[in-house]
Amino acid sequence: MQNPRTTSAPLLRDKVNMKLIVAIIKPATLDTIKSALEANGVPGMTVSEAHGFGRQKGHTEVYRGAEYIVDLIPKLRIEILVDDSDLDRVLDLVIATANTGSIGDGKAWVIPVESVVRIRTNERGTDAI
Amino acid sequence: MTAINTGDTAWILMSGALVLFMTPGLALFYGGMVRVKSTLNMMMMSFAAMGVTTILWVLYAYSLAFGPDSGHGLIGNMENVGLNKTITEVMGDPGHQYPKLAYVMFQLTFAIITVALLSGAIADRVKYGSWLIFVGIWITLVYAPIAHWAFASQNGHGGWIVDRLGALDFAGGTVVEINSGAGALALAIVLGRRHGFKTEAMRPHNMPIVLLGAGMLWFGWFGFNAGSALGASRLAATAMINTQIATATAAMSWLVYEKWRQGKATTLGVASGAIAGAVAITPACGFVTPLGALAIGLVGGVISAWAVSGKYIFNYDDSLDVVGVHGIGGLVGMIGVGLLATTTVNTMGGSGLFIHGSPHLLWKELIAAVATAAYSFALTFLIAKLLEKTIGFRVSRNIELEGLDTNMHAESAYDISTFTTR
Repeated sequence: MQNPRTTSAPLLRDKVNMKLIVAIIKPATLDTIKSALEANGVPGMTVSEAHGFGRQKGHTEVYRGAEYIVDLIPKLRIEILVDDSDLDRVLDLVIATANTGSIGDGKAWVIPVESVVRIRTNERGTDAI
Repeated sequence: MTAINTGDTAWILMSGALVLFMTPGLALFYGGMVRVKSTLNMMMMSFAAMGVTTILWVLYAYSLAFGPDSGHGLIGNMENVGLNKTITEVMGDPGHQYPKLAYVMFQLTFAIITVALLSGAIADRVKYGSWLIFVGIWITLVYAPIAHWAFASQNGHGGWIVDRLGALDFAGGTVVEINSGAGALALAIVLGRRHGFKTEAMRPHNMPIVLLGAGMLWFGWFGFNAGSALGASRLAATAMINTQIATATAAMSWLVYEKWRQGKATTLGVASGAIAGAVAITPACGFVTPLGALAIGLVGGVISAWAVSGKYIFNYDDSLDVVGVHGIGGLVGMIGVGLLATTTVNTMGGSGLFIHGSPHLLWKELIAAVATAAYSFALTFLIAKLLEKTIGFRVSRNIELEGLDTNMHAESAYDISTFTTR
């Protein structure tokens, strides 16, 4: 059997213009974001649970007579790989759907991507998105 | 051999089983309330109570508690060591007799749950071996004497509370509830606060098992209270309906108080309220009317809900609110007897302040409550200090932070990760 690595271009030559959108969102906004992405043809995303704090440094809650500070608030982290040509459109979509107008709506940032490989087929670059 | 009354005997046997069932219920009730890393340790403390107490009960503790009074109504003598003179004997009034061993078993289950209740005050921080030893010493020096005082009625020559003072305690407002509450306060003070007390949220990790445990306690409480009638009688029926009324009412009054004071009606609140109501009606269930039970439940739920915040004001870590629910709830019940008892319900009982206008019974109830609380607090404090100074009572900081389950029991409550063990 052929080693798939030898059948493809070396990794550095894959270098294409792709970005990773990472957004920390309120868990309740996930469904809206997901539907909007699906409706606009975005082929995939990854969701993981996360905890953190931002500018307002958590909040206080009362339970069983005790007031305590919740400083690590539950959030979701979504990650979406996009071709540069789709970046603005997808990022705007995420921002628009994650925005509830209140504090704690989270953040989104964009990271340049060196390479992407689809593991099953060994497709590279934009084809792998 | 004297003929036994099969109906009465059947009910007492059944009640023993019902009350024993409360302790696994307590294990779930407490186990769900602690943080996930020390769940099994919490439940293991209740199961230790079942084991150690049973062994000592056979050997000598039954005799200390219920053997013939050795003078002054303070403690039983050694006549029933090894359950001697209990095997063929019968107890009860003519026509309503039952085997003494049915009574031995029934009372054993009370001893078990009382010491198990204490464990809630010291969640997440106790050396398991020290707990086993504590259970043995506490049953001997604290439970057995107090049970003798209030339960060992021996024709006017038994325990001082029941036979000499004449205070009324139908099913253990002193012996079980005030005793465990006062002991729990002493333990919480000696053991000290958990790391993170008042700064971290120590929320229950599994509310469904808390509710399951509360349900088992509620169910078993019918054996506890109606079984204390020691017969399948009209009095047992009164005690049973009163138990249901107070338990249900306190569950609701706790919720309403909590919603008003803290904004949310919690699951933990409804569970705690039910237990607080059952606690409050325990001394009173065979002496008050159903409407009296309603009043005791209503007040018991609110007062206990208010009292559990005391630990934040006075800075003791009674982790699962044993003091507020059992100590204060038991006191509410004893005062309830002093106010609402009526001889209409029980001719062997008495009349409270609101029924006959005399505070006579109320004073007796308060003396019994205060004596029980003072003795239990003092002796428990000494026993805990003794253990602390000798074999140590509290785990190291590291074990506490990592959790007791993996460190002491080599297990964890929920082994659900696919990739790792423990």
